Amino acid sequence: MEQIEFLIERLPRFLDGAWVTVQLTLGGSALAFVLAMVFGIMGTAGHWLPRAVSTVYVEVFRGIAALVLMFWMAYALPVATGFQLDDMFAAILALGLNVGAYGAEVVRSAINAVPRAQVEATVALNLSWFQRMRLVVVPQAWAQMLPTFGNLVIELMKATAVAYLIGVADLAAVAQQLREATGETVVAYSGALVLYYLIAQVLILGMRLLERRANRKLGRVTPGGGGPLSLLRPPSVGTRVGVAK
Amino acid sequence: MFWDFEWTFQIMPDLLSGLWATVQITVIAYLMALALGLAIAIVRRVPIIGSLLHFVMEFIRTTPLIIQLVFVFLLAPSTVSGMTVGILVLGVHYSSYTAEVYRSGIEGVSKGQWEAARALSLPTTRTWGAIVLPQAIRKVIPALGNYLIAMFKDTPLLFAIGVAELLTEAQRVGSADFRIVEAFTVVGFLFLLVSIPSAIVIRRLEKRYAAV
Repeated sequence: MEQIEFLIERLPRFLDGAWVTVQLTLGGSALAFVLAMVFGIMGTAGHWLPRAVSTVYVEVFRGIAALVLMFWMAYALPVATGFQLDDMFAAILALGLNVGAYGAEVVRSAINAVPRAQVEATVALNLSWFQRMRLVVVPQAWAQMLPTFGNLVIELMKATAVAYLIGVADLAAVAQQLREATGETVVAYSGALVLYYLIAQVLILGMRLLERRANRKLGRVTPGGGGPLSLLRPPSVGTRVGVAK
Repeated sequence: MFWDFEWTFQIMPDLLSGLWATVQITVIAYLMALALGLAIAIVRRVPIIGSLLHFVMEFIRTTPLIIQLVFVFLLAPSTVSGMTVGILVLGVHYSSYTAEVYRSGIEGVSKGQWEAARALSLPTTRTWGAIVLPQAIRKVIPALGNYLIAMFKDTPLLFAIGVAELLTEAQRVGSADFRIVEAFTVVGFLFLLVSIPSAIVIRRLEKRYAAV
């Protein structure tokens, strides 16, 4: 009972930490999404130069661990250039660059998977490159990207926890501070783990809603079936496991 | 000149020993994840225990590895080294991923194979060992390989529990001599040095097995 009282008493602190974690997740996801789209589309270009730029970005930022990137930005960058990034910003930048590289591969392969005839039809209709992408190619690729994007968002949310090592006051930092202040290791860390789990569940639900909408817009039946209850079941039958990382 | 090449060469032995520790941890934890994941994927097909196990694995998979590491490290008796905790937690965490990979492989084995095994009245061990698993595992080799790279890239998290892996070593030598830029940049390059070749190997594996 004592532990539960302890937890309820400290709930505001946990929620403050959780809010920072949510901010990191949303900021990182937004940056990762933009980078994934830009470099993913560049990866499908006909000319070799944008393709090479995209490959270099993907291989470099996918190959270096997010924590190493974060440390580099927080500690090495100020020494090398004289610019000191805000801790929160450095964390978002590192996470966005890292997950964006995974996302770019997803975007590239989803666009390449759009049937060739669709692209030929847009050429026959004399659509510009921008119209082709916006009206035909991306909406179809979008439905295919979303399940993997969902996995990536969860990965990114989990990766935000390392930001406490460079001094961001997120959920992990709150757990550590509470433990140091009170010695209640089990309660402090279980509380944080449960909150992380809940955040993940909300993100999963949100991604499923997006997936449904994307499929409906293309006139496809949602694989999981209709109704609000089906949101609790994993919707995508054909999701390839293991592409997320 | 803010980059000191001489110093960079001096610290290389320290960093390489950190890299070696990283590789060792990755390999042992990966073997553990491979075995445990397979066991979990099979037990998950048992009715009630299976759903319970599914929930536990889902919890492990959707919460941060670093918190799990620190949590277990703090709870473990002080005689257990950080390295042991690191290997165990990494192995269990990644088994929650590999279990999903195996599951998709097992579900990919067509129903007729099960029925044929049953028609031949093969014992359960033979059905799994000789019919289902060889087909299931072959298909998921590239996906499993991806998790080896992913795990390698998660080893810097062991920094949080004080294991002398690559990042910890870099931090130690770098801050002792106020040469953080070189230390962390070299760490980045060493990571690329390992992960790019392994990505190429995985791509080869994909060509070889995924098309089956």
